[in-house]
Amino acid sequence: MAERAAGRPVPGRPFSVRRIPGFAGIAAVSFVLLYAPIVTLVVYSFNAGDSIALWEGLSLRWFAAAWANEQVQEATVRSLVVAASASAIATAVSTMAALGTTRTAPFPGSMAIYALINQPLMVPEIVTAVALLIVFAMIKISTGYSGLGYLIAAHAAFCVPFAYLPIRARLEGMDLSYEVAAADLYATPWQTFRRITLPLLSPGIVAGAMLAFVISLDDVVITEFVKSAGQDTLPTYMLGQLRRAVTPEVNAISTALLAVTVVLLSAFFVLNRQRR
Amino acid sequence: MQEAIGRAGTPINGGSAQSGSRVMVEARAVSKHFGSGEQVVKALDAVSVGIREGEFFTLLGPSGCGKTTLLRLIAGFEHPTAGAILLDGADISGLPPFRRPVNTVFQSYALFPHLTVAENIGFGLEMLGRPKAEIAETVAEMLQMVRMEAMRDRQTSQLSGGQQQRVALARALAPRPKVLLLDEPLSALDLKLRKEMQVELKRLQTETGITFVFVTHDQGEALAMSDRIAVMSEGNVLQVGSPTEIYEHPADHFVASFIGETNFLTAAVEGVDGGQVRLRLGGTLEVRAGLPDGMAPGPSVTVVVRPEHLRIADRDAGEGLPATVSDVVYLGTDTHYHLRLAGGEELFARVQNRPEGGEAWRVGDAVSAGFPPAAVRVLRD
Ligand SMILES: Nc1ncnc2c1ncn2[C@@H]1O[C@H](COP(=O)(O)OP(=O)(O)O)[C@@H](O)[C@H]1O
Ligand SMILES: [Mg+2]
Repeated sequence: MAERAAGRPVPGRPFSVRRIPGFAGIAAVSFVLLYAPIVTLVVYSFNAGDSIALWEGLSLRWFAAAWANEQVQEATVRSLVVAASASAIATAVSTMAALGTTRTAPFPGSMAIYALINQPLMVPEIVTAVALLIVFAMIKISTGYSGLGYLIAAHAAFCVPFAYLPIRARLEGMDLSYEVAAADLYATPWQTFRRITLPLLSPGIVAGAMLAFVISLDDVVITEFVKSAGQDTLPTYMLGQLRRAVTPEVNAISTALLAVTVVLLSAFFVLNRQRR
Repeated sequence: MQEAIGRAGTPINGGSAQSGSRVMVEARAVSKHFGSGEQVVKALDAVSVGIREGEFFTLLGPSGCGKTTLLRLIAGFEHPTAGAILLDGADISGLPPFRRPVNTVFQSYALFPHLTVAENIGFGLEMLGRPKAEIAETVAEMLQMVRMEAMRDRQTSQLSGGQQQRVALARALAPRPKVLLLDEPLSALDLKLRKEMQVELKRLQTETGITFVFVTHDQGEALAMSDRIAVMSEGNVLQVGSPTEIYEHPADHFVASFIGETNFLTAAVEGVDGGQVRLRLGGTLEVRAGLPDGMAPGPSVTVVVRPEHLRIADRDAGEGLPATVSDVVYLGTDTHYHLRLAGGEELFARVQNRPEGGEAWRVGDAVSAGFPPAAVRVLRD
């Protein structure tokens, strides 16, 4: 018994980390640290009072306030426009990249290309942000254009690896024999792509698009650097609000954002689990 | 874009299965090498073979001998390193698969998982741009032909292995190809289903009159189903012939040992006259046998005698080779006798068991192993 308590493997049974003393306690503390703040945030978004720390009763007052706030409305629309455009671009690019790196004969430098595609996961976001700021400033000066295009382009760029990975994973798990069979049955390469590859790939594409959408939706760092005046997205608007008076309105917006993200990510996992 | 060369063709029903003498597929000195330099694999080495219109033609050989490679060259998934593939007289070596009026039944079936049974079967015709009505009609006809009418709207994942096999067949036959290629289509099925599908395949081939090129490593399957067989080994075609020719007149040692079981014996050459040779076996037994065309034998040759042609008799009654029984295996229909000759050579005899019983020899018995002269086949060196 003493041996088992010390967490040594019992003969015939695999080592289990769960038998280390205190494992359950550490796990519980970790979960509390992760979720208690979020639960607090969500609970206080329903606060009837003005404080984010003093509970004064249940109300939807701050949701209504956020809903009526024109700045919030504008930032929400802007966030959705940027996320939708950027994820669409990133998904299209990633689909082509994934096809190019899995559905062609191996070519020299394909590993390097793989690393380049996933670069945004490795490079510190602040570096990308500064770099984009400088380059976009140069373009702004020479063209005079200062619209939403910069934000969309920047978001599309850092969303690519998030869209690419699930699409590539799906393609790698997809047997080439279907495409061979289609070619055997008189389908031209384009018909094969349209009728076989794309439909079979679609769960991966949808998953990639949703992941990119969520990643774009909550980005702060790059957006903060790249946006022009009056181009706040929801997260940067919230950041701005926090610098001034903090009201449960921010909680309400966060709760809404959380709800959207949870729904999208759950859908992502469901789609990803769908094999075949 | 869509027009494959002269696809119109074989009537799908009621076509006679008579093998014409017209060559439908021809491989002309086809070589296929994979890799390069030191690591080059010669999957096919200057293979020439002609497959006739409307015949059930089998590529038979052990794993790795190049059967699949030859099939993929005909389908267009690979292109020859040297030589040419001709279809109905036209060189198709440069055409991509979707321009060749040739369809394949894949070993893994490769049924499209997102399409129904009917959509799978209609896929080829749809890609050819055929009118909807025609597609529906052909699909119905195909479903009936493979007895899968009840499954038309099923997803292919809901089908058993045998049913998937039928759909794969129907899908490949629906565009009425000039040639149907089948790569070990039965190997994934259990024995009972395999026997059923052998009969089924043969029936479909006869009904449609389409040229079948069938790949297998199972010599029994090849003998049972084929009009003609090409025996392959290490990237070469060793012999092409009917099952009878291949079994009874094997061209060389490899073919003789790969097809069925056989006994190899060394015989001294006593004399040659015309196409005949006088041989002395085991020092005592004299036989005359036919020589393969154009063969000039040296002082000794290898001959084969099939186990079912050996006759065992009492030592003093027989006029065969003196031998001792070294092992007896009773197998119901047959009894297998292993015999040792005076010179130490081993012989294997298969004797059919008869209702009246008959002689049975035991281990250690001194016997005589005889055979009719016609059972002796001389092999090329
Ligand atoms: N794509 C390929 N790359 C390299 N070698 C191959 C390839 N395809 C087949 N081979 C080799 O060619 C030989 C013949 O293969 P294959 O035609 O598949 O044989 P079989 O179908 O008779 O078993 C084998 O040695 C195999 O390893
Ligand atoms: Mg093979």
